[in-house]
Amino acid sequence: MARGGFFILASFPSLLNKMINASLKQLADQLAAKKISSVELTKLYLDQIATHNPVYNAYLSVNAKVSLAQAAAADERIASGNGLPLTGIPIAQKDIFCAKGWRTTCGSKMLADFIAPYDAHVIEQFNRAGAVNLGKTNMDEFAMGSSNETSYFGPVRNPWNQKAVPGGSSGGAASAVAARLCAAATGTDTGGSIRQPASLCGITGIKPTYGTVSRYGMIAFASSLDQAGPMAKSAEDCALMLNVMTGFDERDSTSLQREKEDYTRDLTKPLAGLRIGLPKEFFAEGLSSDVGARIQEAIAEYRKLGASIVGISLPNTKLAVPVYYVLAPAEASSNLSRYDGVRYGHRADEYTDLADMYEKSRSQGFGEEVKRRIMIGTYVLSHGYYDAYYLQAQKIRRLIAQDFTDAFKQCDVIMGPTSPSTAFNLGEKGDDPVQMYLSDIYTIAVNLAGLPGMSIPCGFGDACANNTAMPVGLQIIGNYFDEARMLNVAHQYQLATDWHTRRPQGF
Amino acid sequence: MTWEIVIGLEVHTQLSTNTKIFSGASTTYGAEPNTQADAVSIALPGVLPVLNKGAVERAVKFGLAVGAHIAPRSIFARKNYFYPDLPKGYQISQFDLPVVGMGSLTIQVEPLSGNAKPYEKVVRITRAHLEEDAGKSVHGATQGMTGVDLNRAGTPLLEIVSEPDMCSAAEAVAYAKTLHNLVRWIGISDGNMQEGSFRCDVNVSVRRKGEPLGTRREIKNLNSFKYMQQAIDYEVQWQIDTIESGGKIHQATILFNPDTGETRAMRSKEDAHDYRYFPDPDLLPLDITPEMLEAMRATLPELPEARRARYVNELGLSAYDAASLTSSREMADFFDACVSVVGNAKLCANWLIGELSAQLNRDGLDMAQCPVSAQQMSGMLARIADNTISNAGGKDVFRTLWAEGGDADLIIDSKGLKQVSDSGAIEALVDEIIATQADKVAEYRSGKDKLFGFFVGLAMKASKGKANPAQLNEVLLKKLAG
Repeated sequence: MARGGFFILASFPSLLNKMINASLKQLADQLAAKKISSVELTKLYLDQIATHNPVYNAYLSVNAKVSLAQAAAADERIASGNGLPLTGIPIAQKDIFCAKGWRTTCGSKMLADFIAPYDAHVIEQFNRAGAVNLGKTNMDEFAMGSSNETSYFGPVRNPWNQKAVPGGSSGGAASAVAARLCAAATGTDTGGSIRQPASLCGITGIKPTYGTVSRYGMIAFASSLDQAGPMAKSAEDCALMLNVMTGFDERDSTSLQREKEDYTRDLTKPLAGLRIGLPKEFFAEGLSSDVGARIQEAIAEYRKLGASIVGISLPNTKLAVPVYYVLAPAEASSNLSRYDGVRYGHRADEYTDLADMYEKSRSQGFGEEVKRRIMIGTYVLSHGYYDAYYLQAQKIRRLIAQDFTDAFKQCDVIMGPTSPSTAFNLGEKGDDPVQMYLSDIYTIAVNLAGLPGMSIPCGFGDACANNTAMPVGLQIIGNYFDEARMLNVAHQYQLATDWHTRRPQGF
Repeated sequence: MTWEIVIGLEVHTQLSTNTKIFSGASTTYGAEPNTQADAVSIALPGVLPVLNKGAVERAVKFGLAVGAHIAPRSIFARKNYFYPDLPKGYQISQFDLPVVGMGSLTIQVEPLSGNAKPYEKVVRITRAHLEEDAGKSVHGATQGMTGVDLNRAGTPLLEIVSEPDMCSAAEAVAYAKTLHNLVRWIGISDGNMQEGSFRCDVNVSVRRKGEPLGTRREIKNLNSFKYMQQAIDYEVQWQIDTIESGGKIHQATILFNPDTGETRAMRSKEDAHDYRYFPDPDLLPLDITPEMLEAMRATLPELPEARRARYVNELGLSAYDAASLTSSREMADFFDACVSVVGNAKLCANWLIGELSAQLNRDGLDMAQCPVSAQQMSGMLARIADNTISNAGGKDVFRTLWAEGGDADLIIDSKGLKQVSDSGAIEALVDEIIATQADKVAEYRSGKDKLFGFFVGLAMKASKGKANPAQLNEVLLKKLAG
């Protein structure tokens, strides 16, 4: 009986422990060696989700029947010798990706009942790879937020401390990886939404170069900034995930036509001779001392691994947040116009005429933060303001990108903190949107430039009175298409340290 | 007081691609509502636009045909507004940087007032840009509700904007007709006006001679040349009357009602939208390479203007004939095919402009639907040209070709239409008549020239209409002279 395996596994906590902490490569080896089946592995995770999700709220949708059917198909595929590196491995998908037959909400009441009739390119890629869709993860509404508190379906909790936020917008994904409720997860990053939650939850995440992962089927927030990427337990796992997620897609005009590459190819290269740029602007006022200290310790570790340090400057970095909060809302205000109650999504029950239907449907369907950004975006695009805001912001965006281009003449990668502080508590920044926006101060410039960026765990901040010591993330920024080198840089650090293997109590 | 009329046109031409401008959904007209609305057409969450190269090629072709500057890089922008037939809440269009820049079109104007002479005029084309069409609201489809049909949403359009260079309804109609002919001629649009493939917005203003431009009102969505003329005439008179009675013209969008022949304001400038245009981040800038430009240039056929000039200069046709023959690509190609076989251009022109066009009109067909092929037609015309049949015989053959098809020579044989061109036979015939009509011959010879027609009639009757008229005349003249 199929369920038998499940109980047998569950009755051996050490085996369970081994599996849910295994790397993707180890899991693939176990599956190939028939030590465990995909169905057993999927049930293991579904069981973990059933146990922990009521507290952490990391998943918005789970569909055991569908997941197990995919797992059974994967088992057959492995048995027939056609398995690929991720065949049979349960992956959590951010609820921003349309997945055929799955409720796809984007964290919004507007799409609370929307069943996607088609697969996003990312979902197709995982399906082709034979991975198992374990469920859809919680997120800030339409990816607008840095704490996962704007989700219509309630906040996600940080597995390191239930009072703390997991970061956002890919908070559900970060929490699920940290709590070992999936083998790996997908996220999306418009201003830091992969890296910041990865940092706050002590996991590894990478946002690749803009255009590397197709945006087809990924619900748009700010089209010129949105980019999907993996969130996982290690750089090596991220590399394997990226191998599946990337690739040219003609359905996305901004998808880059490049040769498919193997992101694991450089993982084992030694780091001797690596030049690390440290932008002085990333270590100035606003950075918590404990986070600053952990970053310096990580840099010291890199010196030991043979890297040299170069002081650099990104002078326009201070403009990144204001520029972002002109451009992203401008695009969002237009991207979210399709949610009008006419064809799908929330429509008000009662209205007097067409204008009233629009007003009521959108007022009811969108949350406060989304409405705030639609208002900002509409304002900056308005007649008479366009030149002063949108056009000006586009010009500064080019200057910000130029800063990086100049910097990469002196160094191979740039490092700094991912977030100015460790995870803050739920509700702590709820009343002050600007304070919330500043938690992405180090990540936003990377999106504006279209560069790849990642976050890896590098220790823990200071424990305070009502808070346990929370993870600190080191941000690694690479030049365009330099993901393989970034993953190499991260992997070598993870070979020399064990921060990425630490996990919250109880998991 | 003399009034000047100032008119500019914005024409939306549907481009003849099989699929939509940003998706693979079909553009076929007349399908069941929403059966041609794919995920992109209904703007599902997460879908993205991908530009249809065929639409770009057609726009470039148009630009080349009107001698316009083609932008090496143009930009797609979003025009934001809410309407149920606009699924994304924005229309993808071109704003700051259109693909086609300034060009021009030469028009032949036939004034509507009786004795004024036809003249030529050059109308400047400001720009032409690519955009997507919206869907369609269907009122009354369901009791008390409005339906939305998104089959048309995303259909590729080329919006062609003219300078305000026209100063009469006749010029505006001539421009619209010339443009309509051109887009079909170069094969970028079927130009079907009933199906909305060619829709005209007409901007009209009036001013007293020498004064600055007046305020314009825009007549939307005219889909017939007749309505266009009526609407402009009515609107011009209304504006003049309004000003002369002390009123002011306010900028407005207006609709023409063909039933009443009146125009009526739809919305005023006060509630005009702020469209919040900005470059669409989902689409890359549209780059037209010199190679693509040359490739498109190579596909351009001889244009109507050049063809018209050739007919006048090389074939010796009148300007009127040349204009009529180039009123459509099908007509001009049909004509060329006939001339290449028959040789006699004037004969071919007369037949195409006369008998053939009249028959098409009677049956309500256009040239593309003509049941007689150029090959059949030239088979018949060649027999007129070589005197095998008379012009009257030709009409007989043509009627048969139209109704039943077939081959001209076989029809001529089976109907016995061959002319008698045997001079011996004709002479015998004439001798016979002179012998039996001695009185009349005497009258003729004493100076009653008018009797000549009487003898022709008799001889024709005697030949059962088959005598070659020219030859018969010649013989009669000689023999009657005595």
